[in-house]
Amino acid sequence: MDNESKTKGQAGNASRRQFFADTARMACGVGLLGLGLGLYARHATALPPAAIRPPGALPETEFSAACIRCGMCVRDCPYDILHLAKPEEPMSTGTPYFVARQAPCEMCEDIPCIKVCPTGALDHSLTDINKSRMGLAVLIDQETCLNFLGLRCDICYRVCPVIDKAITLEPMSNARTGKHALFIPVVHSSDCTGCGKCEKACPTEIAAIKVLPMYMAKGQLSAHYRLGWVEKEKAGGSLVAPDAEHQYNLPEGMRYEHGGKGLTADPAAPESAAPVLPKAFQGGRL
Amino acid sequence: MSAVPQRPGAEAVAEKGWLRAHKWLILRRISQIGILLLFLVGPWFKLWIVKGNLNYSYTLDFLPLADPYLLLQMLVAGQSPERLALIGVVIVLLFYLLVGGRTYCSWVCPVNLVTDLANWLRMRLGLKGGAHLSRSTRYWILGMTLVAAAVSGTIVWEMVNPVSMLHRGLFFGLGMAWAVILVVFLFDLFVMRHGWCGHLCPVGAFYSLIGKLSVTRVRLPQREACNDCMDCFAVCPEQQVIRPALKGIGGTPPVIMEENCTNCGRCIDVCSKDVFKFGSRFGISGN
Repeated sequence: MDNESKTKGQAGNASRRQFFADTARMACGVGLLGLGLGLYARHATALPPAAIRPPGALPETEFSAACIRCGMCVRDCPYDILHLAKPEEPMSTGTPYFVARQAPCEMCEDIPCIKVCPTGALDHSLTDINKSRMGLAVLIDQETCLNFLGLRCDICYRVCPVIDKAITLEPMSNARTGKHALFIPVVHSSDCTGCGKCEKACPTEIAAIKVLPMYMAKGQLSAHYRLGWVEKEKAGGSLVAPDAEHQYNLPEGMRYEHGGKGLTADPAAPESAAPVLPKAFQGGRL
Repeated sequence: MSAVPQRPGAEAVAEKGWLRAHKWLILRRISQIGILLLFLVGPWFKLWIVKGNLNYSYTLDFLPLADPYLLLQMLVAGQSPERLALIGVVIVLLFYLLVGGRTYCSWVCPVNLVTDLANWLRMRLGLKGGAHLSRSTRYWILGMTLVAAAVSGTIVWEMVNPVSMLHRGLFFGLGMAWAVILVVFLFDLFVMRHGWCGHLCPVGAFYSLIGKLSVTRVRLPQREACNDCMDCFAVCPEQQVIRPALKGIGGTPPVIMEENCTNCGRCIDVCSKDVFKFGSRFGISGN
């Protein structure tokens, strides 16, 4: 009797030990697999710069959680610009992207890709395509931009769907010739949707203007920075010391207009309209 | 009894004829290939009967279907679906509650075509043995994918999931997914019998949870007619599910209630004594 219960106990012990050993083996094996997968995920969720997400896409980390890789956006894009990432491509497998230089977003007004998205991966609250921020165009190479070289290429400016807001042409003097103007394309993040039409249209061999993901293209001021002129406007006047009108120590009958006509004879002078020499110079004596 | 070992199902072919001995196998292949074709006529002929893939699809601009396992991963990663995906997931859950959880595996999943081919080849080549792994491994992997999604805040499993990789790849461009599928094929062929679908795949593991409650079951109304030919065991991808119901171990009623039965119906095909047939989980005492 005693012996029997002892062997029973031993058998129970052994099977319990086996159970713990099996569980530990499984937990370690699968845990290791999970760790590898997690580390791989860290690499694979970093979006390469040439891959632009469709309009309304959440920030990258949230996007890779919300996107269920169904490809509905790809199907409903009327211009077939979207692709799903293949396993060998360096981003989350099965997520949608487009390459601006191959085919940019055509900015459909009804945004069918967002409408068809079954999750919040493409933000359904975005209804105005002009408010989308797929990326930000950056005139990345001034050395090959034809406008910087003095030509009137202007193509990026012309093809921009938000012309004169997202890209403007800023005249500058051409220091090389000394007599011509440069018309410099300047991108404004307040209006650029990142559609990539400028990059697609850039006529140089490799585009001088490129759409980059927002995190690469956009800088950010430190939180404590204040723009003096903005604050002044908000306050309705100078915040430091009251502005005093600058006093020019000028000869009588002359006036100086800063940023305007410069030095002129004061038309309100009582004497003749012609410039009059100051008294000090009259009569050859001091 | 002939001295040469017969291939499983030979007796059933002799008894019932080839067609009846392959009925469910043929229907299953029609279902698997038919579903693939439904998705393929879109990109091939611009005939959009169904858009999307197994993760989420929209049929005839009317019927949304969404994969509950994927949506669960999305939820634990901290995101939420839109209305159509919610409707889709409810439809899918109800459907598989009716037809059987892992019916997904043998009637819908494209990887089953690959692993069935591997297993067929394994049998024809007479490959035996291989690595051993507990069939519960899949539940560990299932748990791991959910933990990984919660910790990383992204759907980690979708980066390597061969099931969606193959299905998506067929309609959106395969890329290197063929290599992943080849690995699954070779693993099943040389390393482990029913290795992927029967031991590792967390998608199947998830659908087996639905299978705990599902209605459609393989029943054994004539289990006393069993002549122990073992053909059903030879063809069953989840052999452990048959024995309790067939032998009435511990008073088990004659219906396969095991959640990992994939309702493939191959046991019905190969049984020359017509022991098995499809039925429901209800009315156990009636038979």
